[in-house]
Amino acid sequence: MKFNSEKIVHYTLLVMAFSAIASLALIAVFMLKEGLPFILKYGLGKFLLGSTWEPQSGLYGIFPMIVASIWVTLGAMLIGAPLGVAGAVFLNEFAPRPAMRIIKPTIELLAGIPSVVFGFLGVMVLAPFIRVHAGGPGLCLLAAAIILGIMVLPTIISISSDAIGAVPNSYREGALALGATRWQSTYMVVLKAARSGIIASIILAMGRAVGETMAVIMVAGNAVKIPHSALDSVRTLTANIALEMGYATGMHRHALFATGVVLFVIIMILNSIASAAMRRKIGKS
Amino acid sequence: MTRYVFATLCAGFLTLSSLLTGCGRNRTMVTMAGSTAFQPFAEKLAEEFMMNRADVSVTVQGGGSAVGIQSALSGAAQIGMADLVNLPPEAAALSKTVVARDGIAVVVNPVNPATNLTMEQIRAIFNGTAANWKEFGGPDKPIVVVSREAGSGTRSSFEQIVKDIKLTGNAIIQDSNGTIRETVANDASAIGYLSHGLLNEKIKALTVGGESCTTAAVLANRYPLVRPVYLLTRGAPQGAAKDVIDFMTSAQGQKMIQDSGLLPAK
Amino acid sequence: MRIPPKITQAIAVTLLGACTALTLAVLVYIIVSVLDQGLPVVNWDFLFTKPRDMGRAGGILPTLVGTVLLPLLALLIALPLGVGTAIYLTEYTRESKATRFIRFGADCLAGVPSIIFGLFGFIFFVVMLGMGWSLLAGGLTLAIMILPTLIRTSEEAIRAVPNAYREVSFSLGATRWETVLKVVLPNALPGIVTGIMLSIGRCIGETAAVIFTAGSSLHMPLSAMDSVRTMSVHFYILAREGISQENAYGTAAVLIISVLTVNLTAYWMMNRFIAQRNK
Repeated sequence: MKFNSEKIVHYTLLVMAFSAIASLALIAVFMLKEGLPFILKYGLGKFLLGSTWEPQSGLYGIFPMIVASIWVTLGAMLIGAPLGVAGAVFLNEFAPRPAMRIIKPTIELLAGIPSVVFGFLGVMVLAPFIRVHAGGPGLCLLAAAIILGIMVLPTIISISSDAIGAVPNSYREGALALGATRWQSTYMVVLKAARSGIIASIILAMGRAVGETMAVIMVAGNAVKIPHSALDSVRTLTANIALEMGYATGMHRHALFATGVVLFVIIMILNSIASAAMRRKIGKS
Repeated sequence: MTRYVFATLCAGFLTLSSLLTGCGRNRTMVTMAGSTAFQPFAEKLAEEFMMNRADVSVTVQGGGSAVGIQSALSGAAQIGMADLVNLPPEAAALSKTVVARDGIAVVVNPVNPATNLTMEQIRAIFNGTAANWKEFGGPDKPIVVVSREAGSGTRSSFEQIVKDIKLTGNAIIQDSNGTIRETVANDASAIGYLSHGLLNEKIKALTVGGESCTTAAVLANRYPLVRPVYLLTRGAPQGAAKDVIDFMTSAQGQKMIQDSGLLPAK
Repeated sequence: MRIPPKITQAIAVTLLGACTALTLAVLVYIIVSVLDQGLPVVNWDFLFTKPRDMGRAGGILPTLVGTVLLPLLALLIALPLGVGTAIYLTEYTRESKATRFIRFGADCLAGVPSIIFGLFGFIFFVVMLGMGWSLLAGGLTLAIMILPTLIRTSEEAIRAVPNAYREVSFSLGATRWETVLKVVLPNALPGIVTGIMLSIGRCIGETAAVIFTAGSSLHMPLSAMDSVRTMSVHFYILAREGISQENAYGTAAVLIISVLTVNLTAYWMMNRFIAQRNK
């Protein structure tokens, strides 16, 4: 009896896993089917390295947008990851317990605010602030990086916080028993043990940052040019897709899907770097 | 505790499955899709229409003028809404009715001293050849050009009427009327264009060639920046779709359009 | 000169506290800005009547219903699939190239822009499968969107459960499934709930994918094949078309309060569940 039900469970879970993976694969196939033919026809080099994006003249160079996407994502992670992990560490290790019970759901609340709201606040508050204190049009790379950094905070804080919280107390007690201060035990023991979860949170957040469209469109300025400073108006790959998809037909449309494929590849590269970095660290210790 | 959760899940499941089957509906469905600028007006007119016709259910979707054209062509929508001065070639197969007109106002920040621009000046600014406000009586500050995205009906109409515009590479691009309004309202050096129904005290509309963007000037064809809003159908309008279009172009419908901030078709 | 550990600790804690304070300050600022502009508009009428005059007047009732039903449907589909996949990957298979590949794939798909999900949903569910702009199309699309997050967070949560727990369970004669159900999952619950909260947040805040699949109809949804408008989409349309700034922020205010309530309730329920188990 027990043997049979185990088998049923096993196969049910297998089917579930399979359907989940199949639906994810479906999206990947969809993107490739719409985008790959264009890349093959237009030429990968011209597509990736061309600096002119003018669909009316048949020019589909996305280099400025690749640069913009990379800089915006890096900027967002530079802001979001340290703040996020620091917040998670503080909330779990050094803040009183009741504080965490209220603060954590409140921070997760940030995740539910529509990106359009962030966008509007960016246009009304952040961009003028940047314009007045730093110059430029205000709607620029810096604004996009800051807004994105704020938007990924809940992901990083929540998931890192869970990872840190899951480290058994025996680890902390062991370190303290050896004479470490609380900070030393956190830094040398707990964080190392929670590393996999923290990195997962950063990877998920990075993915979210690369793929964010709405808020970025509203504050980045969307000029198609290679940024020379953080105060330049930029257009990311996602913004390009969203701005033009509504009316693109034929080759133009396929070019936009191809942009999606490039985005996907960029995410894959970023994720591989992050995973490799994690694996190497484990190898060292 | 588990009983609690189980009960909630069951209730949720039952609600959803009853939703899935749905109550019986014997109403004709008419879907309109397309121009996001006209969508709210279409919704308002549809509301009024359905009050007198309980047998028809009108749903209005957005997506943009291009989606409107594509949906009308593919049949996903019975009526497509597009607000372009010149419809693209693929729309030639569709039958079109003008339901309203929309004035495009050129706007700047209220602190900007400029009050009037000629078409040539507008062209120069948006091309990037005139790049500083001091050429127009303003402070020595670079002009921040704000435009809509390439697929926007507002932008195509604007560029087609002003003619010979190749938008400067430094232009800021925003993707909706409301965001352009916010951008111009928050930047003293910005200039942009938007639907005249959105004018408010946060921004200042310039006169174009001496004419201001008012209903009277548009109706008298004195204000140049005007674009039509089309209702598109595959073939001549029939059945419920025809009734909807007839209502929107009737005197009552046109009055509602004018009261809501757009311009009537004639 | 070595800095004494106690001083390093003081500096570190202050820095950490400052970062947390900064994060909270930003969060509070955003919430206050929205509530400040939005709350004046919110009243009984606003919550329980339908929009009139293009959304300039009237309330947001259909959007409230849409905002509840759409994430609910998405979760009902994605949660079992996501947690099931996570369980399968961690408990029923060995760590191998295949599992690493799946994990990698899920991570990458978490980064696909929502507009592509929206287009996929439109082409596949709305047009190809003929669902039209509907709750169902929207729910299915959102389910695929939140699947990677659910899989990864559940997986991390399950892996964090110490092996000792499993070993004790096995030594008592429990089968693998019994161990998963009664030992692993309850201990992984906090992490799984985090994944659920983040996913609900994502669904509620999503606009592009929803507009392309569930549409933006202002009618009350009476069946899963009806188009719905969520509060995010309503804000999106009201604000971007410049129809009514006040009502837009009113909608956003209601949205924020609802999400906060849902989050706090879920955590309260979860804490009670854990407390009861630990008795």
